[in-house]
Amino acid sequence: MPLRLYQSRRQMLKILKYSFYDLMRSRWSYVYFLFYLALGFVLLFLNNDLSKAVITLMNVIIVLVPLISTIFGVMYFYNSKEFTELLLAQPLKRTSIFLGQYLGVAGSLTMSLVLGLGLPFVLYGLFKSDAIWDFSLLLITGAFLTLIFTALAFNIAISNENKIKGFGYAVLLWLFLAVIYDGLFLLSLIVFEEYPLDSFSLAATMFNPIDLSRTLILLKLDISALLGYTGAIFKSFFGTNLGLMISISMLVLWTILPIWRLAYKSKRKDF
Amino acid sequence: MIRIENLHKKFGKNQVLSDLGLDIKGGGIFAVLGPNGSGKTTLIKSILGMVVPNKGSISVLDKSIKKNWKYRQEIDYLPQIANFPGNLKVKELIRMIKDLRQKESKEDELIKTFGLETFLDKKLGTLSGGTKQKVNLVLTFMFDSPLIILDEPTTGLDPASLIKLKELILQEKGKGKTILITTHIMQFVEEMADEIVYLLEGDIYFKGSIQQLMANTQQTDFEHAIAAISIQTTDA
Amino acid sequence: MFKLQFVILIFTFLLGTSLRAKTIEVCATCEVKSIKDGIVLASDHDTLLIKKGTYKEFNIVIDKPLTLLGEEFPVIDGEDKGEIITIISDNVTVDGLFIINVGTSYITDFAAIRVVKSKNFLIQNVVLEKLFFGIYLEKSQDGRIFHNKIIGDAVEEFNSGNGIQLWYCQNIEVEQNIVQHVRDGIYLEFSDDVIIKNNTSSNNVRYGLHFMFSNNDIYEGNTFENNGAGVAVMFSKKIKMLNNSFKKNWGTASFGLLLKEINDAEISGNSFEENTIGMNIEGSNRITYANNEFIRNGWAIKVRGACYTNSFVNNNFLYNSFDISYNSKLNDNVFQKNYWSDYTGYDLDKDGIGDVPYRPVKLFSYIVNRTPETIILLRSLFMDIIDFSEKVSPVFTPDNLLDTMPLMRKSE
Repeated sequence: MPLRLYQSRRQMLKILKYSFYDLMRSRWSYVYFLFYLALGFVLLFLNNDLSKAVITLMNVIIVLVPLISTIFGVMYFYNSKEFTELLLAQPLKRTSIFLGQYLGVAGSLTMSLVLGLGLPFVLYGLFKSDAIWDFSLLLITGAFLTLIFTALAFNIAISNENKIKGFGYAVLLWLFLAVIYDGLFLLSLIVFEEYPLDSFSLAATMFNPIDLSRTLILLKLDISALLGYTGAIFKSFFGTNLGLMISISMLVLWTILPIWRLAYKSKRKDF
Repeated sequence: MIRIENLHKKFGKNQVLSDLGLDIKGGGIFAVLGPNGSGKTTLIKSILGMVVPNKGSISVLDKSIKKNWKYRQEIDYLPQIANFPGNLKVKELIRMIKDLRQKESKEDELIKTFGLETFLDKKLGTLSGGTKQKVNLVLTFMFDSPLIILDEPTTGLDPASLIKLKELILQEKGKGKTILITTHIMQFVEEMADEIVYLLEGDIYFKGSIQQLMANTQQTDFEHAIAAISIQTTDA
Repeated sequence: MFKLQFVILIFTFLLGTSLRAKTIEVCATCEVKSIKDGIVLASDHDTLLIKKGTYKEFNIVIDKPLTLLGEEFPVIDGEDKGEIITIISDNVTVDGLFIINVGTSYITDFAAIRVVKSKNFLIQNVVLEKLFFGIYLEKSQDGRIFHNKIIGDAVEEFNSGNGIQLWYCQNIEVEQNIVQHVRDGIYLEFSDDVIIKNNTSSNNVRYGLHFMFSNNDIYEGNTFENNGAGVAVMFSKKIKMLNNSFKKNWGTASFGLLLKEINDAEISGNSFEENTIGMNIEGSNRITYANNEFIRNGWAIKVRGACYTNSFVNNNFLYNSFDISYNSKLNDNVFQKNYWSDYTGYDLDKDGIGDVPYRPVKLFSYIVNRTPETIILLRSLFMDIIDFSEKVSPVFTPDNLLDTMPLMRKSE
């Protein structure tokens, strides 16, 4: 058993490596990388203000990272269909193939993000600044969102043979989680404002990875505003490390679940 | 070599394979034929484990392929559409497949055979269809496995390469290997195949040699014999 | 000017003592062993030189013009029995003492040092610990509280006292004191013409500084950090609040500065940093807010109730979750030439003033006022979208509340 595990892990790492190399050479990775690089430079050197840059970055990260990861994930999955089939005929475990590809895509996206944003900030003198923690948290959250949304995208793609449909679902998913969800959320908060809504609103946050990431960043950036609210549950959530812990564990869960489903689906899919 | 029993496969409402049984003892060239949509590709993909059957069992080299991936070590497969990752160079692709299979290989010889030396440093995305197919062939034949599955191997090949391909197939056959081929070129079948496996509506309709087929259909010409099978069935 | 007067005052004091008055030494091995005995023995304008040691005394009443001078911080331990020093004479100086263990009572406000109906007093270099009330000035005038350190251990409001309290006082200077862990760091009630300068008031249970019914006072250059709430100014007139720093007043209803029923004040050069609410304004009129800086507060300014004819000019609003919150649709206040870090307009004529007005009140802040739980949607894309639509056509927020001349750069 350990031998088999070892073998399949080695296979997965190989696939990862090839997908990663493949992507590192693709135009899109560069576009993505250059986009972040440009964004970082523009934010820092036109604004000259780290705090403002961090706030703008947050908006970018919680909106754009999911969008790009979703689109890119779906696109990659469909575009590499033949490659996948080539691999399927090789003596490789299916889960190794898909997880390897997934990790390759998510990894290269994460790298573009971290390097693209990291470079300008490091050049700007981030290490000497207090903003380093805020910034690291932003990058970690961005990385999580990349992992989550690429996994969701792979899930959509593996369940939909039809490319157009798959793209449609992917964009819808993003739209739902980035905008519509919060709209419904707000609506329900206002409609039920007479009732205690502490637990409800925290729970609702947990069910959307974008909201979850946003909350995580808010804990750093807007803690003063969050502490303004009276609810006891809010208070223990935001006022202590509890919020940070729960948010991070939920993000991990959000990452693991779609990956698990991807592995499950990949074992049963016909090609 | 390959043993298939009660194989069922449904795609949605579409019953592609129904209660298919097939026993290939090994050694020789087997042409898998049948009209469009008869389940040829599904059958091959089932053997390769790319399609998961609803029912039935498949064993390759006396081992069940269910939840097994290592048996593919013993199969060389030539997929139908050779569309490789466009950003990889030819030699990188070859290296990658070698790396993945960890098996002895003779790619240099094959590269020479198909005249691919000048393309080694080209990206796959820039190659023509024919060249891609040659690369595809190199990837398939460079390993030494007892079972070879070729899905439309002649696609896009120029006459010279086609001749080389035939030589290559015969050479492998000479080593006692089992070779499964699907193709639409009947001349190719007539020339190469030892046995015909004719699929119809998800089951084996005929299995036997070309002579048997011609005798059965009372035709003197192979192409007509194949056509006759199809007509017989529509009559039936 | 004030300073000069004081220097002269102190100089004459010193001169006076050296010429006419004598010095009485107090220590364990001296002739005079207790402070109380010293006071009895002393005549007017004498100096009690209290040497290093611990003096377990309380209810020390200074009833003649004296100087109590500690040498190397002698400790006066009240053993929680009651008030420690009570000054009931004019011209008293207390200098360099370490006073601990003031009695706690729910009936009497025991203080470490109390000044009653006296003039020309000076309390300086005193360290107070384990106290109930610290320095309590009662109906006194023309005094100075300088460079003292008051460190309490208050946890709850009801059983703790204030660090420095002024009640019916006039013309007092409170300067360079450090007050921590008491109820209100500095508390003024019915006290006018008071100057509170360069003090640090932090970690107090209630307010760093608290005004009630006091007029014509100035506080400047003080730091208020991490208090239950920073400074509360209530029912007072003509207060000048200059160059103070309000930091990290965090909590449900916490604020840097609370104004309630305040008229004709001047608030300028202050910095409000990381408070839940930077400034909370209620029923306050004719106030000028200029050159203040609001950095990373939850709400920079919360305006409640009727506030008229206030003007906000040249302030910097930097990275606050909300810049301004209003709870009504009416606005009679002027916002002009402020810098708003959220401003996204442009300046085509390059005069440093944005060509598009800025609306500091967001729809979201209105929503949060109504349903506080919605704060969890802060900075969500959806909120940005509806904020934007409100910006384009205001429905819920006062439509005349805008900075018509927003600055493109931070005002220095």
